[in-house]
Formats: sequence, structure tokens, C-alpha cells
Amino acid sequence: MLSLDLSFYNWELFTNYILKGFLFSVQLTIIATIGGILFGTLLALMRLSGKSILVYPATFYINTMRSIPLVMVILWFFLLMPMLIGRPIGADLSATITFIAFEAAFFSEIVRAGIQSVPRGQVFAAEALGMTYGQNMRFVVLPQAFRNMIPIFMTQTIVLFQDTSLVYAIGAYDLLKGFEIAGKNYGRPIETYILAAFTYFVICFSLSRIAKRIQQKVAIIR
Amino acid sequence: MALDLNIFCKSTLDGEEVDHCFSSLLGLGQNADPSYLDWLMKAWGWTLAVAGLGLAIALVLGAVMGTLRTLPDNGPMSRFLVRFSTAWVELFRNIPILVQVFLWYHVIPSFILPLKALPSYWLVSIALGFFTSARMAEQVRAGIQSLPSGQRAAATALGLTTAQSYRYVILPMALRIIIPPLTSESMNLIKNSSVAFAVSVPELTLFAMQAQEETSHGVEIYLAVTLLYALSAFAVNRVMNLIEKKTRIPGFIGASSDAGLAH
Repeated sequence: MLSLDLSFYNWELFTNYILKGFLFSVQLTIIATIGGILFGTLLALMRLSGKSILVYPATFYINTMRSIPLVMVILWFFLLMPMLIGRPIGADLSATITFIAFEAAFFSEIVRAGIQSVPRGQVFAAEALGMTYGQNMRFVVLPQAFRNMIPIFMTQTIVLFQDTSLVYAIGAYDLLKGFEIAGKNYGRPIETYILAAFTYFVICFSLSRIAKRIQQKVAIIR
Repeated sequence: MALDLNIFCKSTLDGEEVDHCFSSLLGLGQNADPSYLDWLMKAWGWTLAVAGLGLAIALVLGAVMGTLRTLPDNGPMSRFLVRFSTAWVELFRNIPILVQVFLWYHVIPSFILPLKALPSYWLVSIALGFFTSARMAEQVRAGIQSLPSGQRAAATALGLTTAQSYRYVILPMALRIIIPPLTSESMNLIKNSSVAFAVSVPELTLFAMQAQEETSHGVEIYLAVTLLYALSAFAVNRVMNLIEKKTRIPGFIGASSDAGLAH
């Protein structure tokens, strides 16, 4: 039986190794969530537009992204982007662009379900008031749709935060990598993997509690 | 940029073209070098093995844990089981799959020594199975809770014990209702099996990374690997659809034919 000694885990180790990775993971999550919601909304509107020139490309993009393992998407972007731009691109930037593109496909399905959850009468009422398509979306449909979507957005963001650990495949310095390097440098790989799991668990578990609370609040308002 | 598919017929040893692309797989040219196509097919086999074993673990544990979460309050034992299964779900779905793979590979064998004897792909399958079981358990629980409460009451009124009412009334309904979400979880498991690269299981993703470096024909290699992943996930989708049709409950609206590819 092996005994664990966590005394090596101190403030210095945290600031030297973990904090940098943690900040990158959080930054990646936030940027990908915002970018994913923006582009995802665009994709959802394309899919719901009823014009085949918009519907088919959006559907193709979404289905492609959703049928490929995220690790492969990360590798694809890391391979293709230098070819397209013509110069090497860092793992951090590549990871950020990948996650925005990947999450857009997932958020778009959430947004689409959210828009479709708005009663038809709302759309007709806005049209009857003389609103254009843009005004209808901006003032009537999307505000209601987004409110319905908030809990699912939060769940997806927790999944996203967990998924950021997959940038391991291209060697970006995220939370998991920080723990791994600390473990190697201090000769304590077992303890640091346990600490990594514990850290991810605490963050994701707390976030999912908050998401549950918000879900109950939104449910009461409706 | 033209695709150079010839790369798959080249030897993995010296980069020269081999006589038969499928040399070692089909038993042609016994002494020929293995080609990249051979390597690709072997890697696909590893992916299917890891994912298949993981899927078996996930389905069994998911069904058990999801059922336990819905147990009625019949005393301390059932309360313990409800708490245990709830903790199980929270534990395994709040830690990233890659971290769980590292735990099973680097950490847990130091505590449970017999695990050291297992081949590494088993450990990845266990990790994938436990991770996915938490998600499947949630679907099973949702399926059971979506049944009208009259079903459980009727079973009790007929004098069935708790175990009997689950076996003969609740589970036969619930497990059929949740086939579509289980389909997408199964497809996720195939996609998630790509994390096995991180502990050097020679599966598709590791093949993609290594062959890309060796040949500098990344686009062709990645394209082949991506197609094989999509094909595997699609095959699972078709099989589950078949099961769904075969087991459909008469008189109920069948769920839509196509389960989404959630992630």
C-alpha cells in the first residue's frame, strides 16, 4: 500500500505551475462560450431561415462537427491552420479558434431548440405589429429563447470546461498540463493527478449546483 | 492541393510502395512490409476494442446506477443505495474523461495492485465505461421517472416486491423509452475513446498523430481516421435503431428515428 503525501503542494507550486494553466483553461472556456453562442446563434438562424442556400451549409457544418471526436477536431485545426495562413500558429491560439468553431455547432443546436420553444403566436403577434424579421428576432423571439436556454447553456459550459483538458493533444498549457508538469518536476505524479481530479471535480460540481439553482428559478418565472 | 492516397500503400518501415496494400491483413505476400493501410486497420481494431469493452461496462453500470437512484425509501439499505448511486454519478461526470484515464492508468493501479496485470487498453475501457455510466445512469433515471406513477402503484397493488416491480413493470418500459438518448451516449463513447492516445494505446488517434509526423501527409491520414470514427459511430446508430424498432412498445409513439449526435 502506498501512502500519499500532499505536503509538497504549497502556494509556491500553485502559483508557479497551476495558476497559469488554470487561467488558460478558464480563458478558453469563457472565449469559447461567448464565441460559440455568437456563431451558434448565427448557425441556428441559418438553419431556421428556410432558405436552402443557408440551411444546407449550416446543417452540414453542425453535423460534421458533431460526428468527429473533439481530439481529432483539435488536431485538424492544428494541422490545417498553418497551411491556410502560411505560418506556424501557437497551440494556445489554435486551441481557442478550434473551441469556438467546435462549440458553435453545439450551442447552435441549443439555440435552435430554444427558439423553437417560443410559442408561434409570439412570432405572429410581432408580425401583426409590423415588425421586420430582424426586429422580431431581436425584441421578441431571442430574449425569450435565451432565457429558456440559460440552464442548458450552463450545463454545456461545464462540459466545455472539462473538454478544455483535451488540448493536451497539441501540448497547450492548461490546468491538467500544469498539474502534470508540477508532478514531474516534484517527482509526485500520483499525488498531482489526484489533485487535478479533485480540482476539476470541485469546480464542475459547484458550477452544476449553481446551474440547478438557476434552472429552478427560471422554471418558477415561467 | 491534391490528395495523395498512395500514402496508404507505402511501407511503414522504409516509405517505399509495397506490393499489396493489404499485405499482412489478407495474408498476401507474407514477407512484405506492413503498409500504412495495415496500420490504420489495426488502429481501427484497437478503437473498436476499447470502445466496445467500454460500452459494455457503461451499459451495465449505467442501468444499475440509474435504477438504484430511483429506489423508493424502504429503510436504511435503500437510502444508502440511493446516496451511493447519486455520489457515483456526481463523481464520474464532474471529472474530465482525460483526467479519469490518467487516474486509472497512473494512480489507481498503485493502490489496487492486481490492476497492474491488466493491459493498458482495459484500464482505458474501464475509465470510459465508468465515465459514460454516469451519463447513462442519468438517462435511465429520467426514463424511470417519466413513467406514470400509476405503473409503480399498480405493481405494488398486485403484490409485487420492489425487485419484482422493477424487473417486470418499470424497467421493461423505461429501458425502451431511453434507447434514443442511450444511442447518442454510445456514439459519444466511441468519440471519447480517442483519449486513449494519451496513455499510448495504439488506436486511431495515436495512429493519426504518429503517421502524420512520419509521412507529412497529415490531411490524407486525418481524413481516413475521421471517416473511420464517423463510420463506427454511424454503425452504432444503426444497430441501436434496429434494437429500438424491434423492442418498440405497441401503442406508444415511437421516438424519432434519428438520435442526435450530442457530445
